[in-house]
Amino acid sequence: MSGPRRLANGGLIDRTKTIRFSFDGNPLQGFGGDTLASALMANGVRLVGRSFKYHRPRGIFSAGPEEPNALVELRSGARREPNTKATTVELFDGLEATSQNRWPSLAFDIHAINQLAGPLLVTGFYYKTFMWPAAFWEKIYEPAIRRAAGLGRLSGEADPDTYEKAYAFCDLLVIGAGPAGLAAALTAGRTGARVILAEDDFVLGGRLNSETHEIDGAPGTIWAKRVEEELETLPNVRVMRRMSVFGTYDGEYGAVERVADHVPVPPAFTPRQRLWKIVARETILAMGAVERGIVFGGNDTPGVMLASAMRTYVNRFAAAPGRHIAVFTASDYGWRTALDLAKAGVTVACVVDTRTKVAPEVVALAGDAPVFLGGRVTDARGGRALKSIAVLDATGNRRTIAVDALAVSGGFNPDIALSTHLGSKPAWSEPKAAFLAAQLPDGMAVAGAAAGHWTLAEALHDGTVLGADAAARGGRRPQGMLRYRTSDEHYAVNAFWHVAESRKKAFVDLQNDVTDKDVALAAREGFRSVEHLKRYTTLGMATDQGKTSNVSGLAIMAELTGRTIVQTGVTRARPPHVPVAIAAFAGLHTGRHFKPTRLTSGHGWAAAQGATFVDAGPWLRAQWFAQAGETDWLQSVTREVRTVRSGSGFCDVSTLGKIALMGPDVGALLDRIYINTFSTLAVGRVRYGVMLREDGFVMDDGTTARLGPDHWVMSTTTANAGKVMQHLAFCHQVLWPELDVQMVSVTEQWAQYAVAGPRSRELLQRLLGDAADLSNAAFPYLACAEFRLGQIPARLFRISFSGELAYEIAVPAGYGGALARRLADAGREFGATPYGTEALSVMRIEKGHVAGNELNGQTVAGDLGLGRMMSTKKDFVGRLMAARPALVDPQRPSLVGLKPVQSGDRLRAGAHFMARGVAPAPETDQGYMTSTAFSPTLGHWIGLGLLARGAQRIGELIRAYDPVRSGDVEVEVVSPVFVDPAGVRVRA
Amino acid sequence: MRIPCPFCGPRDAAEFSYLGDAAPKRPDTAIASADIEAALYDYVYLRDNPAGLLREYWYHGSGCHGWLVVERDTRTHRIIAASMAQAEPSP
Repeated sequence: MSGPRRLANGGLIDRTKTIRFSFDGNPLQGFGGDTLASALMANGVRLVGRSFKYHRPRGIFSAGPEEPNALVELRSGARREPNTKATTVELFDGLEATSQNRWPSLAFDIHAINQLAGPLLVTGFYYKTFMWPAAFWEKIYEPAIRRAAGLGRLSGEADPDTYEKAYAFCDLLVIGAGPAGLAAALTAGRTGARVILAEDDFVLGGRLNSETHEIDGAPGTIWAKRVEEELETLPNVRVMRRMSVFGTYDGEYGAVERVADHVPVPPAFTPRQRLWKIVARETILAMGAVERGIVFGGNDTPGVMLASAMRTYVNRFAAAPGRHIAVFTASDYGWRTALDLAKAGVTVACVVDTRTKVAPEVVALAGDAPVFLGGRVTDARGGRALKSIAVLDATGNRRTIAVDALAVSGGFNPDIALSTHLGSKPAWSEPKAAFLAAQLPDGMAVAGAAAGHWTLAEALHDGTVLGADAAARGGRRPQGMLRYRTSDEHYAVNAFWHVAESRKKAFVDLQNDVTDKDVALAAREGFRSVEHLKRYTTLGMATDQGKTSNVSGLAIMAELTGRTIVQTGVTRARPPHVPVAIAAFAGLHTGRHFKPTRLTSGHGWAAAQGATFVDAGPWLRAQWFAQAGETDWLQSVTREVRTVRSGSGFCDVSTLGKIALMGPDVGALLDRIYINTFSTLAVGRVRYGVMLREDGFVMDDGTTARLGPDHWVMSTTTANAGKVMQHLAFCHQVLWPELDVQMVSVTEQWAQYAVAGPRSRELLQRLLGDAADLSNAAFPYLACAEFRLGQIPARLFRISFSGELAYEIAVPAGYGGALARRLADAGREFGATPYGTEALSVMRIEKGHVAGNELNGQTVAGDLGLGRMMSTKKDFVGRLMAARPALVDPQRPSLVGLKPVQSGDRLRAGAHFMARGVAPAPETDQGYMTSTAFSPTLGHWIGLGLLARGAQRIGELIRAYDPVRSGDVEVEVVSPVFVDPAGVRVRA
Repeated sequence: MRIPCPFCGPRDAAEFSYLGDAAPKRPDTAIASADIEAALYDYVYLRDNPAGLLREYWYHGSGCHGWLVVERDTRTHRIIAASMAQAEPSP
């Protein structure tokens, strides 16, 4: 602390609005319109953090998102957020900020000893030193390094706030609301074009707020206010503040809106941040330029700051960075900074310009301050706060000048990262001493300082012309073009990167602690490509993405290797341009909302019956229905199975895929899709079918019913419903468009229940009354019919997954709950039970029906005992590929049933098969158990599995080996059909 | 990325799923021929991976359920054209 630094007058702050906040527990005050950085500066706080590697004391370096030093933890508890740039944090009442990367305190940090070990901690130190022994890395080196390095800490708690995603569409996206952006938005907006103006800051105006120019005779800030007011009246213009456009993607832009980062806790029903995907016909990139420093000794000392940042703090925030300030510049910009400082009442200690020739009217801006043309600041001294600078003048004399702050201006880097995200590289401009956008993405134009057009007049002109052009290309007619009068400033710059005469550590990348010596070492060791330089030294790889350091680093590399900047090249910027919280990308897709959940229309009824639910593909399905007194799921499932097999039960099967097919050629299409023949299926009948992929493996199975001559309905497994629909559409649209077929998924249009068990006919007849005759003669196995159930259409299929006499009844989806209630009512006198997917699965295993565990994408029809279904009279998808030698090899594992030799043994899916008495090894492996269940019907565990030559090994005793769960069980190979192998019950 | 579905208009790529190169034509497996297996092998497994223009299949599963042939530059993701596969002239 060194006393308050708030200027008595001026600034764009609201002095009537006092804001209380704290830094490292100290209560402080700021004003409305402050950032955390400006408020800290106004309170005289100079030391705000410790650096990443050497733990050197650091202060505020910039006034924007390019900040490499002033990183703080914000808030506390679950809302704690590390590595926040103090320069972009809008001050709010109750804000808690904490310095990071220091221990035990910011002023005294024990790891600062690292800088004494500086010669050891050079670039590549970790690569070279901790190579071996390899085992030491994980246990010793890495934890130690992580403790010493790194930045802030996460809270370790779940984020209590919400984040959401949104889409926006516009004719013109203007990125940046400085003079160029405002002029563009205004010109295009007045034509009626849909314009989005995205500004990272919480106020519009950009550099107009930091500098002291006039437009049409009024202060620039007043002009910006007027434009803002007009834009707000235009219904076709959307002004979005606190909105960072962070990436250019294919045909769209990514942006994050900090909706409630400037309040302690987001208001109710308000997200903390909102992630935007913006589709814009055209874009004007008007993000301005970021000043670069000059690399000299001690250039990281708190008090050394970019000249543009000083102008911002003085003019916008009325906060003085110091009382005796020197300026070190390679351009005219530094001199204008000196003038602004003097106007604010700060003593300008001296102006040091690296150039020997400077225009007299520019030199005059320094007033009475001593001037050193052709000079350099070689070193900054002071440790935790700048105390003096060492100046080398043009004649070679060194002197020490006492200052408490130093403004540095090494020129400007246009902020054009968004123009290079799609892969183009920027081009070096010698006259501008800057990289400019070269190949622009489709529809993008660059305006103002981002285009290297430094003056205000150029920025306003660019914005007006490009805004009008964009509107005209969209068919709008721009009215008379506005011309602005500005108090202009043409300025000259000479590229100057690095003070060779420095004695102290000179930093290129302040955030990652990369020094000029590190760049030199990389050059000596052969890492001369900019891509190698970046990765070897970590230059530009910190959270600031090297906004103030990349160009300086590669320019120094160019000097060291005797190449030009063009020859040296530049690394490519990648999104995101500013850090974006992972939470913003996740949006509302967290916890159980990670994916959407579909509920069947009978879900509510099942929940009321006490069902336990399970995820099945995108659906929730009832898994079992526990009754009073049942303490264990197996108890409930066993009861459900016994009740169905001895009486009746019903199960919600609405989640199975349903595809309606219509047209005269459906039969022909199905013949080509299924391995068996469907064109011969009679109206009113159902057939089980299996379909293959083009490579011959099984894709899916299910039944298809022919409801009318041209009307069919196919069922698929729950998991493959989408895949099968896509396959059918491909086969029809791409392969055989000549077939006259229409198809549509009706999975969500019909609720469907299986009704199974020896008494299911009585139950259903009770429900249907006269609507349908269910006698075996009128409605035999594999029959189907449509009829009306009261006022609604219904469909009935006599199909069975359980092996019992069974039906499936379908009603329009909204009636699923009502149907379940009617089934329960009708079934009461028969003791019918609702049953879930577990009982369904137990019964299908008892019956040897294959399901997802067996239809696993690695099995062919023959493996599943379905080989005989493959028609030899017609062609179908996968026919020839399924006949390849490896797929018809008799050694292939095929479907068998398994039962334990010791009837009490439990079987587990996943156990591997091998001959008895053989050591378990990959080469003795003969297949594996795919499905297991406790069979209430047989009273012991049973399993299905894929066993080599399985069909020929019925009766053999083998070993089911499951080392992970300590299982090693002797099992007998049996037929996969455990219950009613003759199939009498289904036809009962 | 946005794909101009001829039926639905320009839509977010997330609405589509990708199949790949639209050049391979399925041989008629109903007609027996000496080289049918080799031709089928090519059709099922072999795909070119050009750096440049590629005509490829996309399925608009969250839209019209149409299969599209989209012409895209694999180097830039620029989409040159999109048409319904059904309307493509047969090979």
